[in-house]
Amino acid sequence: MKDLFAVIMLAGIYSLLSASFFVAMDAVDVAFTEASVGAGISTLLMLVAITMTGRSEDPVRHKPILALVVVVITGSLLIYGTLDMPYFGSVDAPVHQHVAPQYINDSMQKVGMPNIVTSVLASYRGFDTFGEVVVIFTAGIGVLALLSVARRPGDIAEIDSLNKTMHEEFLILRIVAKMLIPFILLFALYVQFHGDFGPGGGFQAGVIFAAAIILYTMLFGMSTARRVINQSVIQLFAAIGVLVYGSVGVISLLEGKHFLDYSALSADPVAGQHIGILLIELGVGITVASVMIIIFFNFAGRENSQQSQENNES
Amino acid sequence: MDITSALFLLIGSFLCLSGGVGILRFPDFYTRMHAAGVTDTLATAMILIGLMLQSPDALVVIKLIIILLMTLFISPTASHALASAAIHNNLKPVLENKKDNE
Repeated sequence: MKDLFAVIMLAGIYSLLSASFFVAMDAVDVAFTEASVGAGISTLLMLVAITMTGRSEDPVRHKPILALVVVVITGSLLIYGTLDMPYFGSVDAPVHQHVAPQYINDSMQKVGMPNIVTSVLASYRGFDTFGEVVVIFTAGIGVLALLSVARRPGDIAEIDSLNKTMHEEFLILRIVAKMLIPFILLFALYVQFHGDFGPGGGFQAGVIFAAAIILYTMLFGMSTARRVINQSVIQLFAAIGVLVYGSVGVISLLEGKHFLDYSALSADPVAGQHIGILLIELGVGITVASVMIIIFFNFAGRENSQQSQENNES
Repeated sequence: MDITSALFLLIGSFLCLSGGVGILRFPDFYTRMHAAGVTDTLATAMILIGLMLQSPDALVVIKLIIILLMTLFISPTASHALASAAIHNNLKPVLENKKDNE
């Protein structure tokens, strides 16, 4: 397929479909993440990316036969590999023998979270999650380093005139979005703080929060959004999120426990786990939201500055 | 109660089905989108109302009402956005004079 727009849309639909089969397999947390990250924000970011790169793929020079052969061989090897695997849902599969029973039996006493996924993600596997947050933060820094453009402060009169034309064009969208954005933000906070009890958590909440702000930016224009959301503050927040996560680990080290062992945070180990998970989820949420906003602003801002350069030249 | 709910659900599913047929059969983008829009809004509303009548739990009803309100806002807006994007990109609707040409 040559049209990248269609490719992106198909990828989004694929993500949404996989989210629904995750729901069918009772993995609600994974489904939620897939729907918000895979179908939502990554589709959006890729769409912004093709506004910069152009809509159609370069003509292919090599023969597709080679790729097909590689895919067929790899695919048949993978299928051959599955022959040895235990049947789907079988009780004596290694997955169900190893650590899963321990998590299911012990996590309520040790961590005290009704949602086992959160306790595994944030407590048992806290170090891995820390790694993920750092990866997201690094992605944000990478985008800043590569794509950040020096921009002049927007002229207020110019913004107002632009606003007026946009206002006529997107009147309905703007009004509906204005009504919806507070609810989206509220929902993001709900997902953030309800992650201990139901599906949700820092990653999804951060993405939803960022989506609300991106919606605002798309409808009210880059310059207006830049006046509302200070870029350097957002960059600071991206760092603060990682810092919160890391310092929770350092505090537990100073208390004489392992890195990210939250029982050190309070006299009662279970209460300590609660505080720890709340804090690190907050860190995750802040970092994810601000990095997504940074990426969007830099992609879209670059597009704007290219346009204004072209206008100046012509 | 059950009968009313069943009626609502039936109407909803009929609208869904007809919307699906419409998307496949209608001649151009705008009419197809009309089919999709009707399905999105009315059929979803009907099915949600049917489900509300089925549920004994007040909390579930409230949640369904919130979903209903959201869809009532969002799906017409989405259709509107799609249609205006299509107009913006100079996609002309197919008008009736097709028959005259034949």
